Amino acid sequence: MAIQALTKEPFNMVIAGVGGQGNVLLSAFVGNALLNKGYMISVADTFGVSQRGGSVASHIKISKDTLYSSVTLNGQADVLLGMEPVETLRVLGEFGNPEVITIVNPRPVYPTGGVSYPDLEKVKEAIEQLSAKTSYVNATEVALSMGNPILANIILLGALVGANLLPINKDDMMPILEERFPGKILETNIQAFEKGMAMIAEA
Amino acid sequence: MSDIAMDKPGASVLLMGNEAVARGVLEAGVSVAAGYPGSPSSEVLPAIASVAKKMNIHAEWSTNEKVATEVAGGASFAGLRSFAVMKQNGANVAADFIVNLNMTGIGEGGMVIFISDDPGGMTSNNEEDSRTAAKWLDNPLMEASSAHEAKEMIKWAYEVSEAVNLMVYVRGVTRISYTKSNVTLGELPKAKEKKAYFPEVWDMYSPKKSKFTSGPFPIFHKPLHEKLDKAREIFETSEFNKYWGPEKPELLLITCGACTSYCVEAVQQLAADKKVGILKLGTTWPLPEKLVAKHLKTTKQVFFVEEMDPFVERSVMELAAANLPETCELTFFGARSGHLTPFNEMSTNLVIDALTDILNLEYQERDPEYSKTAQELVQVVPARPINMCPGCPHRATFWAVKTALKLDGRNGFLCGDIGCYSMGFAGPGFFQSRTMHAMGSGAGVASGLGNLVQFGFDQPVLAMCGDSTFFHAVMPALVNGVYNKSNFTLLVVDNSATAMTGFQPHPGTGKLANGDTAPTVDIEAVCKAAGATVEVCDPFDLRNATQILLRMMKTEIGTNVVIMKHMCQLVMTREKIPNQYKMRVDPDKCLSDECGCNNLCTRLFGCPGLMLDKETNKARIDEALCVGCGLCTDVCPAGAIIREEVK
Repeated sequence: MAIQALTKEPFNMVIAGVGGQGNVLLSAFVGNALLNKGYMISVADTFGVSQRGGSVASHIKISKDTLYSSVTLNGQADVLLGMEPVETLRVLGEFGNPEVITIVNPRPVYPTGGVSYPDLEKVKEAIEQLSAKTSYVNATEVALSMGNPILANIILLGALVGANLLPINKDDMMPILEERFPGKILETNIQAFEKGMAMIAEA
Repeated sequence: MSDIAMDKPGASVLLMGNEAVARGVLEAGVSVAAGYPGSPSSEVLPAIASVAKKMNIHAEWSTNEKVATEVAGGASFAGLRSFAVMKQNGANVAADFIVNLNMTGIGEGGMVIFISDDPGGMTSNNEEDSRTAAKWLDNPLMEASSAHEAKEMIKWAYEVSEAVNLMVYVRGVTRISYTKSNVTLGELPKAKEKKAYFPEVWDMYSPKKSKFTSGPFPIFHKPLHEKLDKAREIFETSEFNKYWGPEKPELLLITCGACTSYCVEAVQQLAADKKVGILKLGTTWPLPEKLVAKHLKTTKQVFFVEEMDPFVERSVMELAAANLPETCELTFFGARSGHLTPFNEMSTNLVIDALTDILNLEYQERDPEYSKTAQELVQVVPARPINMCPGCPHRATFWAVKTALKLDGRNGFLCGDIGCYSMGFAGPGFFQSRTMHAMGSGAGVASGLGNLVQFGFDQPVLAMCGDSTFFHAVMPALVNGVYNKSNFTLLVVDNSATAMTGFQPHPGTGKLANGDTAPTVDIEAVCKAAGATVEVCDPFDLRNATQILLRMMKTEIGTNVVIMKHMCQLVMTREKIPNQYKMRVDPDKCLSDECGCNNLCTRLFGCPGLMLDKETNKARIDEALCVGCGLCTDVCPAGAIIREEVK
């Protein structure tokens, strides 16, 4: 069962990742599900560099009755969905606060051009230190075992919905998945979604 | 949204600002829409084109923004409502037509242009406030504060356009164009029955709607200013201008566009709604002076919040100067006072900072101890430079350019241009591009440099452009080069896509905006017809591409063209073209520190599909990202990267 209402007004969610990981699709899915429940939604995506390996963050501001600007105010993220560890830490630096709940895919996407990646354990420790609660979801690993790394974003969507932080549940998500994934790929995506829900329950 | 033409008036849907603009165009009953792709405006025209047949609209990607505006102008002359769309740079390209169009006036059909600016240059190589163009081109200007308002504003803009017989300019910014939010759908018009017809001339010397020549100017310039005065009168009572707050605010905040919600949030965060009033202007040029003057009388302090140029700020201060002495006690805050900056993106936090300073208020973003810890912990977070995609043909082209220039040894260089290959000025293009300005400027600048032999200039000059850019603005520069006997080599990196902005078709792709097939304009044939020496090659054949470039640079007269033809990897992925190779690194052959290459493949070549294994300090393939293009095999000096044909 999903929670019945927002726990804060407005409620701020940030999705942190790297271009190509599927932020934009994820933010639209969450936004549409919430809109269907009658909320006012404002979603900001970073475009342009979004397919070219740069840092990308999607912001979703949710209100019961007011249309706000899309970008989260400094230090006011309520939920952070991290598709990549250092990007998660980057967003915590700007938008984190002692109450933020973080769900993170611990698989790094390495920067190119000779830029080195910090020690992963240190990054994880920092994320935990800056979050009220941290849950790890090995989305890329499971997606690769399912045969396609891009499924990681749907696994993370399942984890987010399963974490019971937003007033949406699996039934709210299904029509949106059905519309976006016609034919055979629907089944794979539903499987990925359900895996994410199961993984967060155990995280 | 799957169906932008959904016939469900009253329904609330999640639309990106650009889709909301497109929906507004449909609801306004527009017949002709034209544009040139440029983020943050790129999604408007495809949304219209996707339903063009169903809605009986002619929607086209024009070769550039000036042509797009002219196409829309022609439709207006023939009595149809028309629409043009572009980003801020496009306004510069279209300006020469617009300044004359405003002199002649439009036809019976209303005409609206949507220009989306990019504060902070998130998807641009410049930052520019195109509102100033509305002022010098004499256009009525409106600024949308949300996706829903953008839709409503587009519809109303047609009424204003037809009332004053001028093109109306609706301005968006990145945060309006790319924010998805609740939009309430309106009615779609019934079938279009109006026949397009170009009116007959009544009187050569009368500024009537039947005549569209911009001279002689004395006849037309005065009526233009009368039209603008009429627009100002209409704007005085526009419902897009709103005020929230006390009758006599301690501080009057004047804002517009995307900044509106930042101001509302800032006042809310500071609980300052008893002190601060917000005047939100939807119509910003000509300024609705009576409305603004009325509000200036209610306060002693005025604070302007707008992105980039202090456009409204200057207009209002000019009005205040004209209304002396009754405005003499006013204090103004904004870009001029240094409370905000006339560059970069605005945010709620910047407005909060300024307000706490002006009103002497307290605000805490978050627990200061947490902030301190966070600042320390994020020190380890590396920069993540943007890159060309795995398998990008531009990486191959830039490698060939780098190699050829080095082998040639005469300090040759490349003049860059606008597209994904703009990254050529930085690491992804091995720092090869040495100039970058407007669309087509690479070839134009090269044409100038290639004619400096008499002044002792002896460096080979290369220029680069994409296939879409070639049609947009490179053709005149190429012809200029041939005609003036300039010696340079133009590389057309033909990847069959306008990739930077989302794969829009162009004259070389054989496809129209609505997906129909079209005649293909052959770049090679165009260059040959212009008189250039032309060669075509695949940049993934690195040796051949490099040799061709070396040969071209050796010619001492004339303009050369090398067409580097290879499909964009993202298009290949979209069209489900399978990977050519299965890649692996042979750990026995990769010599790591012993090699002397200093990690050439991961440090310099830098394809995202390659990574350095920290434990072994050897390269390996990132199977989640590699698309099997096979290029790195040719780059590794030790022959350690193995490509095997996928059966």
